[in-house]
Amino acid sequence: MLLSRSVRALTAAAAAAVMLTACGSGGDEGGAGDGGNVTLNVNLFGNFGYEELYKEYEKANPNVKIKQSTAAYNDHHRNLATHLATNSGAGDIEAVDTGFIAQMRDVGKQFTDLGTERQSEYLPWKWQASLTKDGQQIGYGTDVGGLAICYRRDLFQKAGLPTERDKVSASWAGGWDKYIEQGQKYTAKAPAGTAFFDGAGALYNAVIGQAPVGFYSEDNTVVVGSNPEVRKAWDLVVRAVQSDLSAKLLESSPEWNNGFAKGQFATIACPAWMMAKIKDQSKNAAGKWDVAAVPGGGGNWGGSYLTVPKQGKHVQEAKKLAAWLTAPEQQAKVFTSKGLLPSIPALYEKPEIAEYKDPFFNDAPVGKIFTTAAKELKPQYQGPRTGDIQTTIRDGLVRIEQGKQSSDESWQQTVSDVERLAK
Amino acid sequence: MAIPALTARRARLNRLDTKGSPYLYVLPFFLLFGAFGLFPLIYTGYVSFNDWDLLDAGAHEWVGLANYRELVQDPYFWNALGNTLSIWVLSTVPQLLVALWIAHLLNHKLRARTSLRMGVLLPNITSIVAVTIVFTQLFGRDFGMVNWLLGVVGLGPIDWQADTWSSHLAISIIVAWRWTGYNALIYLASMQAVPHDLYEAAELDGASSAQQFWKITVPMLRPTIIFTAVISTIGGLQIIAEPLLFAGSSTPTGGSDRQFQTAALFMYEQGFREFRFGYASAVAWTLCLVIALFAIVNYLITRRIANDEE
Repeated sequence: MLLSRSVRALTAAAAAAVMLTACGSGGDEGGAGDGGNVTLNVNLFGNFGYEELYKEYEKANPNVKIKQSTAAYNDHHRNLATHLATNSGAGDIEAVDTGFIAQMRDVGKQFTDLGTERQSEYLPWKWQASLTKDGQQIGYGTDVGGLAICYRRDLFQKAGLPTERDKVSASWAGGWDKYIEQGQKYTAKAPAGTAFFDGAGALYNAVIGQAPVGFYSEDNTVVVGSNPEVRKAWDLVVRAVQSDLSAKLLESSPEWNNGFAKGQFATIACPAWMMAKIKDQSKNAAGKWDVAAVPGGGGNWGGSYLTVPKQGKHVQEAKKLAAWLTAPEQQAKVFTSKGLLPSIPALYEKPEIAEYKDPFFNDAPVGKIFTTAAKELKPQYQGPRTGDIQTTIRDGLVRIEQGKQSSDESWQQTVSDVERLAK
Repeated sequence: MAIPALTARRARLNRLDTKGSPYLYVLPFFLLFGAFGLFPLIYTGYVSFNDWDLLDAGAHEWVGLANYRELVQDPYFWNALGNTLSIWVLSTVPQLLVALWIAHLLNHKLRARTSLRMGVLLPNITSIVAVTIVFTQLFGRDFGMVNWLLGVVGLGPIDWQADTWSSHLAISIIVAWRWTGYNALIYLASMQAVPHDLYEAAELDGASSAQQFWKITVPMLRPTIIFTAVISTIGGLQIIAEPLLFAGSSTPTGGSDRQFQTAALFMYEQGFREFRFGYASAVAWTLCLVIALFAIVNYLITRRIANDEE
């Protein structure tokens, strides 16, 4: 009884995850087809902007049907790991984020080797991060994050701050301290019910994303407790929280989504993929958003891979589709439709990308902003538990946001929680 | 001569039929229970004595009682167990009292009685996920209806997820919402089995409605009350979906400081986030024993309470 009940509860929880975040999947069931037909299941998190591409691919390959499922970030990776462990249930194609790629790399034998043919196309560090110790490539890179700050022009105006993007970029060009200063100015005259940024966890990810070394040293040792950059970023975010700049929303939670619609925050740390989320969640604010440079310059947060688990029934077809979805032409399309920044540097020089302006973001030159960011980007080494360490640090910062603990208390607990994770 | 032999054979068959076929009838249950109940239970027991990495294709190594030793020293386990007990008490006690009261009301002659009786079961057949999502919105910090109502009567908004007491209260309400009607129907069924002449006699003696309820209904319901108390204990100590979804962030730690992580959720975290299959199995078995213990204690207590009232 104990087991059957918990299994039922788990199923419910998994169903919940799908329900919570399923953002318009492809829709058509694979169904009974003619002989030779294959249905490929593509499991993603967030918005990869592939819906239109599927139609194109299905047209060119009439024997292929594509079925997409989308889950929340943490759920998605937990599900994938479980399916790998039990050797059943994984999709034909599974997306993996930067925060989890090292964990998957460690169990590389579960994935199809994608070969070395496309190595020369990719940013070297992007290619390297999904390469196992014995040289097996487990994932085609989709996008890289880069970093910028997206901000609401209308809210800035109401708070008496400059709204023009060059002036905004200049106002915090001196680094995150200046960003906090601007935040304090904003808060002094802020429209009621709005804060300067969305939540401590998200801001932290951006700040630590600029450090040369993050949570791991290159020999896979967790350095959260000893790397001064980790603590420096922590102190900075704590200062921002204590200056009352945070809307105290958890990234990707229903409340956070709601916060976009209600305009609860004026700025958000903005890797390129965040633009897709902003477009999805604040449809009512088209043209009010704009994009400015990130304080301090450079940095990366996120970016993903498409992997082909070995347990799939149609490994060859899946490999073909994954290669097609991540090919330069498709990466270019996804950039102009959803803003996901390509991981193929040759594209950065193409005018349709480098000169692309996004009307949703008040015609901001997102092409120029993000290709510049990508070129300046100094990659940071990611270890197996990076994704979970991010969550643990976020929880530590949330404890401060909620007034449950002081910065030092929370830091100590966070470090010991991270040590426990990495054990 | 042929006839007695035939009769004897028939009698033998008959005997076999009466003796054997009941076992045949209950066999499907035991087969299913064996496959989906007993086997997993025993297998989990075996896994709990191993250091078992779920992610690494199930690589494992026998470690004896090490997982259990670690468990009793793990503050996060005790924290989760404490949360579980708190949520269980907060949800079960009011739930059963209210269910008794609702059953009492439904036992009267009412208009649209059948619809009302069916109605109390509705929360139970609604998907647990849907219920939790709706309630999590109601308990939202910035735009939740509960905080809005509190604001109307001049009380400050509450960040329901942030504190231990508020999160436990909110989760208990979600649990109680789902199970109160279910228990009410069980009470109602056994209330209807109470002989009517008892009430008539009580009425003749001038007993009030409340007296009838406490002196006749409740004592007559004793076995049912014990049953619901035990069942609610088993269910209440295994709460997992509500706290997982209530967190809003799809992390199984039950809030920023594990303030509403239940034991079942802790087990899930260890198994499916840490991929420590052996440790999670040790949690499962410990939880199973704790539940058995509580069910027994509960049985003894409720039996005594019901006895006192007789």
